[in-house]
Amino acid sequence: MPYLEFLETYSGRFLDGTLITLGQFGLAVVVAVIAALVSGLMKMARFKAVRGIAVVYIEIFRGTSLLVQLYWFYFVLPLFGITMDKFTVGFLTVGLCYGAYGAELVRGAIQSVPRGQWEAALALNMSTAQRMRRVILPQALVAILPPWGNLMIEILKGTALVALISVADLMFETRQINNNTYLSAQAFGTALIIYYIFARFMVTPIMRWLERVMARKIGRA
Amino acid sequence: MLDWKLDFTWEILPRLLAAAGNTMLAAGGGYVVAVVLGLVFALAQRTPSRLLTFVVRELVEFIRSTPLLLQIFFIYYVGPQFGLRLSPWSAGLIAIGLHYAAYLSEVYRGGIESVPKGQWEAARAINLSTAKTYRRIIIPQALPPALAGMGNYLVGIFKDTPMLSVIGVAELMHAANSIGAENFRYLEPYTIVGLIFLAISLPTAWLLRRFETALRRNMGLTR
Amino acid sequence: MTHDMSQYPLKLEGDNVPMVRFQNVTKKYGNLTVLDGLNLDVTEGEMVTIIGPSGSGKTTVLRMLMTLETIDSGVIYVDGEPLTHMEKNGRLVRANAAHLRKIRSKIGMCFQHFNLFPHMTALGNCIEGPMQVLGLSRKEAEERALELLDLVGMADKRDQHPSRLSGGQQQRVAIARALAMRPKVMLFDEVTSALDPEVISEVTSVIRGLVDQHNLTMLMVTHQIGFAREISDRICFFYSGQIEEQGSPEMLLDNPQKERTQQFLSAVLEAN
Repeated sequence: MPYLEFLETYSGRFLDGTLITLGQFGLAVVVAVIAALVSGLMKMARFKAVRGIAVVYIEIFRGTSLLVQLYWFYFVLPLFGITMDKFTVGFLTVGLCYGAYGAELVRGAIQSVPRGQWEAALALNMSTAQRMRRVILPQALVAILPPWGNLMIEILKGTALVALISVADLMFETRQINNNTYLSAQAFGTALIIYYIFARFMVTPIMRWLERVMARKIGRA
Repeated sequence: MLDWKLDFTWEILPRLLAAAGNTMLAAGGGYVVAVVLGLVFALAQRTPSRLLTFVVRELVEFIRSTPLLLQIFFIYYVGPQFGLRLSPWSAGLIAIGLHYAAYLSEVYRGGIESVPKGQWEAARAINLSTAKTYRRIIIPQALPPALAGMGNYLVGIFKDTPMLSVIGVAELMHAANSIGAENFRYLEPYTIVGLIFLAISLPTAWLLRRFETALRRNMGLTR
Repeated sequence: MTHDMSQYPLKLEGDNVPMVRFQNVTKKYGNLTVLDGLNLDVTEGEMVTIIGPSGSGKTTVLRMLMTLETIDSGVIYVDGEPLTHMEKNGRLVRANAAHLRKIRSKIGMCFQHFNLFPHMTALGNCIEGPMQVLGLSRKEAEERALELLDLVGMADKRDQHPSRLSGGQQQRVAIARALAMRPKVMLFDEVTSALDPEVISEVTSVIRGLVDQHNLTMLMVTHQIGFAREISDRICFFYSGQIEEQGSPEMLLDNPQKERTQQFLSAVLEAN
């Protein structure tokens, strides 16, 4: 079967899978951002107990592989009474996994804000919350965008694993097509191209654009 | 802890530990391939040939932007389509090796670029060949900053080996899946697998951090 | 380490209460004693300059007054009330965060590296404190800010971000920002040390203008001896965490009594 004919026949299934992948990606990013912010800030808290919780979360999710986490959340968590549909398990696990990596980025970005900014905010008698919200976090946001862009790509790649708990994403559909047709080069090759297009020509440019916007807000552009 | 069967645990532990050995072999083998191939990728992007630089650059970007799982499937299944049979182990090692070679090439490039321009000029001034310059001047200085990244990716490879279970490599995840399916019990196998991963990756990561700090201190002024 | 706090009054009372009082203040970093039982009074409206070699503790004095550092022993009073401590059951205990915030509102500070907020314009920097902390409306805050920016000669640059301003311009905005909080005490920590020589006078003339405002008590750490002579009511020479010598500019600079003061001044003259 020539490639164009292959594409025509299976474009519907590729599209279905891609939409699911995008859904998984978007939701996982939301989870990751929230998890990274919360745990990153918790890790810098004054109370040891608060720090400890964050450290446990970060070390567990960074110390085990995403696949193991997916299987565990899908097969073992129900035994503890928490059952979720596989779509939810998918993006939740991916988000939590990469949120743990994001926590380090959050910490690094906040610590990269010059000490003088903390002192100036204190000299103006701002409360801790005001200082974080109005002075530190806006500047940390600019610092975090470049490495966060890389993390976004990793999240996109991570979503491919949800196929292994039978979520009907791009990876899953591609595998089905391969099982049906044995046209592995066409099937997997097309999937590779689709992921590549998203990573290189959508995620990365959007992150670069965000970086430029934030830099301008800081007056650096 | 919800009905944890201790005797079942002892029963399956030997099998899981044996599989863990396989996991380490796969990780180690993949890492060796990645370290060597990564250097090739890095150096290929520094040749005078614009074409070669461009092709390798795009290849590295492509590999880094697409999922490892997909690459594993591609390499395992595409071969037979054109008559080339690859064992799961071979396909797995090649896929992991290629994938992480792309990452390591970036680490190497960072290390090489951190070597001051003056070193190149000094080497040129005493008429060292390009090969000798790399081997005796540049790479020794590029290595310390690169080691941190290299260590991180070793841990990363180790955590990615479960993906090989999907093409039948008999590593940890594969063993856990089999045990789970055979006994209809997933709690113990999956939890133990998670614990084994933690038991290996946490101390390794901690050691790497200590190593990096010591290295930084040894190098003194450089960041 | 408990100290005998009974020697420190709960409040300064009577006539001529100093605006700032350091009573027996000690600060250590590990084994290093940076301030050693410092006693210093500053009366309301006084302009005191602190000079001395690096490591003498002069910057620490300002930073402790701004609560950027904690003290190890002794008490600092601002406007008659303790800053570093607070009253509890008739005794002095270490101040909690709420008390610090209350007293801190009377103090403002300008830094060597300006520390303007880069993501806000000059005007934005100056209305931030009044709006967020003092609760002024945007209109009120902007009115006050524009007045002050005008005072420091930066009104036309009000919509510029700090990255577009020169060092001298940034420092002037920083002064306006601090003044917008209407502090009773202003601290200047080497505010000209990071500036190119040509623009130093921009900043010193602004400070000179402030000296004429009777209500403002000012403490300045500087290397600009000539400027200190011009505007100070009193100059303190610090050495090894203590006041080695102090007096009016004429007394200290022209007629130093202690040997260390003489050595320092002649070294500074050499450098100039």
